[in-house]
Amino acid sequence: MSTVSSSGTPEGTPPHPEDGTRRSFMKQAGGLLGLALAPPLVAQAERLTAYSKTVEGVTSLQLKINGTVRTIQAEPRVTLLDALREYLDLTGTKKGCDHGQCGACTVHVDGRRINSCLTLAVMNQGKEITTIEGLAQGEALHPMQEAFLKHDGFQCGYCTPGQIMSGVACVKEGHASSDDQTREWMSGNLCRCGAYPNIVAAVREVAGKA
Amino acid sequence: MDTAEPTFFDTNPKAGVVGQPLNRVDGRDKVTGKAKYSAEFNQLPGLVHAVLKTSDVAKGRITGFDTTAAMKQPGVLAILTHQNLPKLAKTPNDAEGKKAIGAPMGFMPLTTDQIHYAGQPVAIVVADTLERAQYAAALLKVQVAAEKPIASYEDPQAKLFDPTKVQDGKAPAHTVRGNAQAAFAAAPVQLTHKYTHAINHHNPMEPGATTAHWEAADRLTIYDATQGVTRTQKAVSTMLGLSAEQVRVVTKYLGGGFGCKGSSWPHTILTVQAAKAVGRPVKLSLTRPQMFTGMGHREDQTQTLKMGATRDGKLTALIHEKTSTTSPWDNYAESNSKIINMLYECQNFEASYQLARANVMTSTFTRAPGEAPGSFALECSLDDLAYQLGIDPLEIRLRNYAEKDPSTGKAWSSKSLKECYARGAELFGWSKRNPKAGATRDGRLLVGWGMATASYPVHNSQGTARARLYADGHAVVQSGATDLGTGTYTVMTQVAADALFLPVDKVRFELGDTKLPTAPNSGGSVAAGTVSSSVYMAAQDVWQKLIKVAVLDKKSPLYRAKAADVEVKQGRLQLKANPQKGEDFAAIMKRAEMADIEGNGQGRYGSGYEDAQAAANADPAKKDQAADHSMHSFGAHFCEVKVDPDLGTVRVTRWVSVHGAGRILNAKTARSQIIGGSIFGIGAALMEGTVRDQNYSRYTNASLADYHIPVNADIPEMTVEFIDEKDPYINAMGVKGIGEISMVGVSAAVANAVFHATGKRVRSLPITPDKVLATKPVQA
Repeated sequence: MSTVSSSGTPEGTPPHPEDGTRRSFMKQAGGLLGLALAPPLVAQAERLTAYSKTVEGVTSLQLKINGTVRTIQAEPRVTLLDALREYLDLTGTKKGCDHGQCGACTVHVDGRRINSCLTLAVMNQGKEITTIEGLAQGEALHPMQEAFLKHDGFQCGYCTPGQIMSGVACVKEGHASSDDQTREWMSGNLCRCGAYPNIVAAVREVAGKA
Repeated sequence: MDTAEPTFFDTNPKAGVVGQPLNRVDGRDKVTGKAKYSAEFNQLPGLVHAVLKTSDVAKGRITGFDTTAAMKQPGVLAILTHQNLPKLAKTPNDAEGKKAIGAPMGFMPLTTDQIHYAGQPVAIVVADTLERAQYAAALLKVQVAAEKPIASYEDPQAKLFDPTKVQDGKAPAHTVRGNAQAAFAAAPVQLTHKYTHAINHHNPMEPGATTAHWEAADRLTIYDATQGVTRTQKAVSTMLGLSAEQVRVVTKYLGGGFGCKGSSWPHTILTVQAAKAVGRPVKLSLTRPQMFTGMGHREDQTQTLKMGATRDGKLTALIHEKTSTTSPWDNYAESNSKIINMLYECQNFEASYQLARANVMTSTFTRAPGEAPGSFALECSLDDLAYQLGIDPLEIRLRNYAEKDPSTGKAWSSKSLKECYARGAELFGWSKRNPKAGATRDGRLLVGWGMATASYPVHNSQGTARARLYADGHAVVQSGATDLGTGTYTVMTQVAADALFLPVDKVRFELGDTKLPTAPNSGGSVAAGTVSSSVYMAAQDVWQKLIKVAVLDKKSPLYRAKAADVEVKQGRLQLKANPQKGEDFAAIMKRAEMADIEGNGQGRYGSGYEDAQAAANADPAKKDQAADHSMHSFGAHFCEVKVDPDLGTVRVTRWVSVHGAGRILNAKTARSQIIGGSIFGIGAALMEGTVRDQNYSRYTNASLADYHIPVNADIPEMTVEFIDEKDPYINAMGVKGIGEISMVGVSAAVANAVFHATGKRVRSLPITPDKVLATKPVQA
């Protein structure tokens, strides 16, 4: 695993936010809800320490994305989606609504599909994040990417990375055992071009091979 | 070939890759996340972020701004308002300026203190990060003296008026053919029905976005989410007082448009002004809520259709009236009546429009503008007529089949509607339909079958393209068109490959840049027909130039031949009279030491030849023939719904669409486009509607959680077919375009299926469960 530092511009002078006088504050992670749901076996002290850490203003954040740890300088209010798109130039993950209503920003975190607009980058440190850019193995596309190409599972392509990330997870979850089930479990990803029947065909093909 | 316009039918009697279901050439970039949309040019040096502050109030006057808290935020670079933005050279605030700019809306925000609609931009905030710009915009306080707004044509304060012209001056507000009033009064069967259509928003998945980069004080590059780079170039350069070539507009990938990206809206010029103000490249994306007040919509409207008919179901009179809401400045209304005027044989027709000004932004073309809502009224009333007279809905359409265009009396350039009906009915199993409404069940669910006709006109258009053929057997072909996702990259690669007789992987097609030859907006279904014929003509220019080289080359077998006697077959230049005599293009180019040869072409689409260049270069005979014809695509949709009688929920369970739309350039992408348009129409039929609060004139559901577009689970497997159709008049390729027709008639097919299932005629879109439950069944 390598550690690289992000660079927002080709000149190597990223527009890092200046550390201003007014700082924003937040408690990291899910607070009480996180505590309540955590398995009891985890060392209580360790969790309390982690959850009570205060992050202010611009700090160094480390995100493990597609197998590589990358460091950004960002405020805690930066969403994972904006961290990917605006701080790491991983623009394959799309912003369609910024409110968890369209699914265009779907990525995998620790193997689960999530809307990256609904989580903060700071909360996802130490987790395995996979984006559309990390799906192919070099030149070899992931079978879901191949299936989307073959079945024309898109037109404009804007919802496509989210659809594909969702499709991969949908099959892995075992939620693609029938077309009806696929339709239901792929309904969090909107496609305004209306490629739905083709998306179902693509997921069906990959699920059939899995 | 020098004087006559060549056509693909002549030069490529057997298409090669044209028509084949090729995978998209840009598909790999889209499935890997490499495709760059307009808000994704992060490599620009010093790029910063802008956010719009919009008005919560729909009418009033800005009395001041409190920028104190916002400006104290770290990273904030500028807060721009009407008080500190430099004056534009031209604004659309007057008619002359609007026309020069080509603006969709006769009002430019941030030029006055007046507020005319909720969501109107009142400030643009620039900061080094997106979060800081957003937060500063939230802290910015706008002081407003609010007034009571008018919300729609239904507002008691609204004043209806006769606009004389609609669709922004492009269509007449009154049409009379025959004597519709007298014919209606005399008709043995008379139907009068009112139809309402909710406000619809395009909601492409990619929000409107602009990245503006001033490369020098007088040189600007804009990455803009637009359906037409040339239109944005014209708008921005005119507003800034620059010449067009000082403004470059780039749109390599567009995340859908559906009409809302077909015009240049205020956020684009505001981003350009912000970039100028801060001296750095600026990027702005509209938020999803801002998409409801930033790029137009399909207007709220009521149509009244009077239909007169004989007892055997033949139409004798159609009288159409439309009332809709428009903005304080513009007379925009979709021209619904056009399709009602031409779809069926009927001697007497009359149409009129009424508008009311309200505190809303200007509505704009939305996929199948006019044809979609117009066909809803016509096709539902025709369905009613069929039931009333006991005639099968498909049969009544055949009885009124128009052999010529009733609106102009011209012959059709081509029309395969009867074949569409027959094939669609066969695929759907229409003959097994129980003629009685409300009589078919699947368990406790009511089952309904409905159908409707689709049609969309060819809008006259011209474009240009450039083809560069290299001696090593590859080519780069360019046209400044845009690809909304419809497949322009792919189909133009196919056309170029066939026209230049090269394998597809040896052709690269480039688009989306004002540095390329000018092409029209991708809208109104014109792109496929216009750009394909432009590409084809550019390739013909390449061959003509190369023929001239060959006949002057002493070493060529074609030496001293007349250029007119030479033809090109499979990349080989040869004598028409003696095909043995000739040689491959590469041999000619190598001997002449030509690395490449470039051709330019102008393609035309439709019958107009309005463009001076197109008219000057046209084959006069073809021009006259084309003008003598009425050009339309036709098709038919068949729909099955299942309705829950207790809940009123409607689900589309089967779908068949068959279209005759000229030459289909790619069977795969075309099928996707028809499916997509049908789904767009199903959305309008069953769920889409933006609700404007009648007190505050604000949208109450401006989000994708509250404005429902179809999701995967709403859509069944769909069957799409095309009828083989050869149209020699339309353009050099015989392509009609399919972007809009896919949606026309869809809402009627769904409504007709709901009627067949329930015996309830819902005349208000969308057909939501509450309306299904509240509507009383028609007495048989």
